[in-house]
Amino acid sequence: MHKKPIVYPYIPNSAPETKAAMMKEVGVTDPMQLYEEIPEHLKYTQEMKLPEPILDEYSIRRHTDEILGKNKTCCEYLSFLGAGCAQHFVPAVCDEINGRGEFLTAYVGESMGDHGKWQALFEYCSLMGELMDMDILSIPMYDGGQAASSSLRMANRINDRKKVLVPASMSPEIFTIAQNYLNSVPAPEIEIVKIGFDSNTGLMDLNDLKKNISADVSAVFIENPSYLGFIETQAEEIGKIAREAGAEFIVYTDPISLGVMEAPANYGASITCGDYHPLGLHLGAGGCQGGFIATHDDMKYISEFKDLMFGLTDTLQDGEWGFGEVLFDRTSYGSRDKGKEFTGTSTGLWAITAAVYLSLMGPRGMEEVGTTIMQNCQYAAKKIGELPGVKIQFSSPSFKEFVVNFDMTGKSVAEINKHLLEFKIFGGKDLSKEFPQFGQSALYCITEVHQHKDLDKLVYALQGVISC
Amino acid sequence: MARQKKLLRDNYHQARWDESIIFELSVPGERGVLVPLACPGVVSQVGDGVSAIPANLRRKKAPALPEVNQMRVNRHFYHLSQETLGTDVTLGISEGTCTMKYSPKVQEHMAARHPGIVNVHPLQDPETMQGMLEIYYQVEQFLKEISGMDAFSLQPGGGAHGVYANASMIRAYHRARGDNNRTEIITTMFSHPCDAATPNTAGFKVITLMPDESGYPDLEAMKAALSERTAGIMITNPEDTGIYNPRIEEYVKAAHAVGALCSYDQANANGMLGIHRAREAGFDMCHFNLHKTFSAPHGCMGPATGAIGVKEFLKPFLPVPRVEFDGQKYILNSNYPESIGKVRSYFGNANVVLKSYMWIMQHGAEGLKEAAICSVLNNQYFMKKIAAIPGIVIWYAKGKRRLEQVRYSWEKLKQDTGVGTDDVNKRIVDFGIEHYWTSHHPWVVPEPFTLEPCESYNKEDLDEYVEVLQQISKEAYADANFVKTAPHKAASHRPTHEAIDEAELIAVTWRQYQKKHGKK
Repeated sequence: MHKKPIVYPYIPNSAPETKAAMMKEVGVTDPMQLYEEIPEHLKYTQEMKLPEPILDEYSIRRHTDEILGKNKTCCEYLSFLGAGCAQHFVPAVCDEINGRGEFLTAYVGESMGDHGKWQALFEYCSLMGELMDMDILSIPMYDGGQAASSSLRMANRINDRKKVLVPASMSPEIFTIAQNYLNSVPAPEIEIVKIGFDSNTGLMDLNDLKKNISADVSAVFIENPSYLGFIETQAEEIGKIAREAGAEFIVYTDPISLGVMEAPANYGASITCGDYHPLGLHLGAGGCQGGFIATHDDMKYISEFKDLMFGLTDTLQDGEWGFGEVLFDRTSYGSRDKGKEFTGTSTGLWAITAAVYLSLMGPRGMEEVGTTIMQNCQYAAKKIGELPGVKIQFSSPSFKEFVVNFDMTGKSVAEINKHLLEFKIFGGKDLSKEFPQFGQSALYCITEVHQHKDLDKLVYALQGVISC
Repeated sequence: MARQKKLLRDNYHQARWDESIIFELSVPGERGVLVPLACPGVVSQVGDGVSAIPANLRRKKAPALPEVNQMRVNRHFYHLSQETLGTDVTLGISEGTCTMKYSPKVQEHMAARHPGIVNVHPLQDPETMQGMLEIYYQVEQFLKEISGMDAFSLQPGGGAHGVYANASMIRAYHRARGDNNRTEIITTMFSHPCDAATPNTAGFKVITLMPDESGYPDLEAMKAALSERTAGIMITNPEDTGIYNPRIEEYVKAAHAVGALCSYDQANANGMLGIHRAREAGFDMCHFNLHKTFSAPHGCMGPATGAIGVKEFLKPFLPVPRVEFDGQKYILNSNYPESIGKVRSYFGNANVVLKSYMWIMQHGAEGLKEAAICSVLNNQYFMKKIAAIPGIVIWYAKGKRRLEQVRYSWEKLKQDTGVGTDDVNKRIVDFGIEHYWTSHHPWVVPEPFTLEPCESYNKEDLDEYVEVLQQISKEAYADANFVKTAPHKAASHRPTHEAIDEAELIAVTWRQYQKKHGKK
């Protein structure tokens, strides 16, 4: 029996009448004749083994809902996971704007028909520039790991030196991304040296830094606030040491800290970078990250950005804003392998979202959110640190995250986190593999979304778990 | 008089809100949103919290962000969205090589609203995100079948990022074999710039082959370039011209003969689903753009996913963690010591992967093939109509059938009228159609434009597009200056500086603009 052809709603010309008319128009009687340029033996003649399709919209929604329903979420559960992807308050307007179909489905159009996109991304750069107290940003990057990695390569191109110093306490995730990115053929392009840190404070070992700094060092890279949550209180001095050696001082920062913490530019950073995920984006199972790099207004730096830059200018109509491409030939779109690194589709929609977020928050919002995070974080650390056998690893002040050591409880983080699930709590990230020197330690993330009762619930649950 | 049905939107005008820059909307004291403050019980225990920050690291001057009430912020960004031609409102046929297909709303709604993805943390215990991992695992199985490769990673955050990861794996593969002399990668001029730029970033010397007079990469030149120094070839097929290279196997065989790996850039795969696979063509690795071929939207340049596929012998080099199924549950496995490590944090853009999962599930094998066939049918129908428009020429491959796209040329129009592709591209938005994609640089085909009428567009959409091009051609021959001063009805006019290369003109942020130009 001849099967009735399916007309797919997303493939309008699958309607048999139209399809037949168009085939006639192009002079084929069998669709495979469209492919006469592909040699027969290179054609795939079998049927792909894919599941039977779910054709109707209701059923695909139902099917997907059932799969996603297997996930536990950070709404049902109280979550203290962060490590670069923290749960923050997302204003409704952020979702409203990134759900606008015009933004969601636009791509690479020019600045006239896509004027709004160009302006929104220009505003993203402008708003981030205020937060960083720096003048130059490009459109965004994949994530913080990419931003850190590209910052290190920018430094290398600026001073033609081939060694970078990074703290041994840095995010292992970002370190791994950077390690691949600084690699080359046959040997690494840029050598990465890890500088030691004090296990009681988390702070960089300045003697080790001084031992390793030299005229060969391209950049000194720090995180502030750091992956492990502590604030690098010696940042200014580290910057001075870097500068005196003629190296770039790169600071990887958390943008949501910058309403209360100083912009790295003001304690000597020549390149600021990070991940703007905290600015109005959901967790999204890790799919809402976005990287940024900022520098001062100096051609030495501007010329080394790898991604597109949208410049504000005039138009032929008096009094109208227009936009142009800035130094297009920097990019691989303009110059292929002669461009700076490579550019491509990254995270435009999330950058527009971050622009909405910063526009809503304003200076006071940013100060308040930073303050709430500091307060909640200190409260949680104080209460958790009072539990028997539990120690807050670092004595330094921290922002948003801190390390909790459970060694004296006789329990592993894995066991504790398993138990916490029974309280509907996702405990902090297990650090025992990444930082074995801290034994059974976990990285707890506390933000403005945590209320007093949430923190007390965590303390109560932890108490129960460690004493059982 | 009643309106007659017509395709050409000659009465169209885009929204032109004459919108201020957000900083110009600032009114001191206004608030856009109030944020949660610490509860009194917290404050009573820890005080102001911020005193813990040493004085030299305390923010001294508040960031000069604008102060704007919420309605105005919302309205501002609504205006900007209305001044943007996304595929939801225009014919994305314009952006050739980009496969601007319809992104079904049911997928969007699930990805953007379902708490089972929106509120999932990537570091949750895998047992608490089995659904997410199942989606990843299944999409990997689908792509294996579609390409014939043996393993996939969905970690890279974009197409170029995927190609970069492939270049990194080529490096890792040769190094693992102790072969440190393979320092070169060969690509072709009509392959995407990332096929040249990413291997360069990965540390290779890049050799780019120019097309021969028929538009194919020059096979003899490639054979001459291959040597024991060649680490790999990274090429597209069909190339951005839409021309399928029927001798593709010979390129692959020649590369394999000197011990090089072959990486297939499959950004242009939309016309070949179920028809032609990387495996049969002999490639060792490939990549797909989930945001193109597999329907996830482009989001003003991301988020996106470059799915990278490899044959079994390259699997150890894929990024980690890998999503695996142990027979009972899904797990994250990072135990691949030869892996290149990571290119993207966590496991990539889960929302993009989810949309592609749903799209593939709604089509199945037969539907994917139907999408491919209709995209090629659309393209050949479209090309026939466009070829008849005065001023347009089509380079290369006379009489041959192109696959999913064509690189056209306004070379003749330029000679006849002085109106070139950049001018037409500005006029086209006056009819409600997105600016088209000309070509990557350099322009080997003069006055180029590249159109890709993928399966989402019906015959009337194609006919509308053709009418617009006809109209502009007619205008160019009648009144060249009118086209050269377009757009006339877009959200904004021609910028005074489309290319800004002088330091004194560069203003990539509002603060930089103000320093250089003062208030407008």
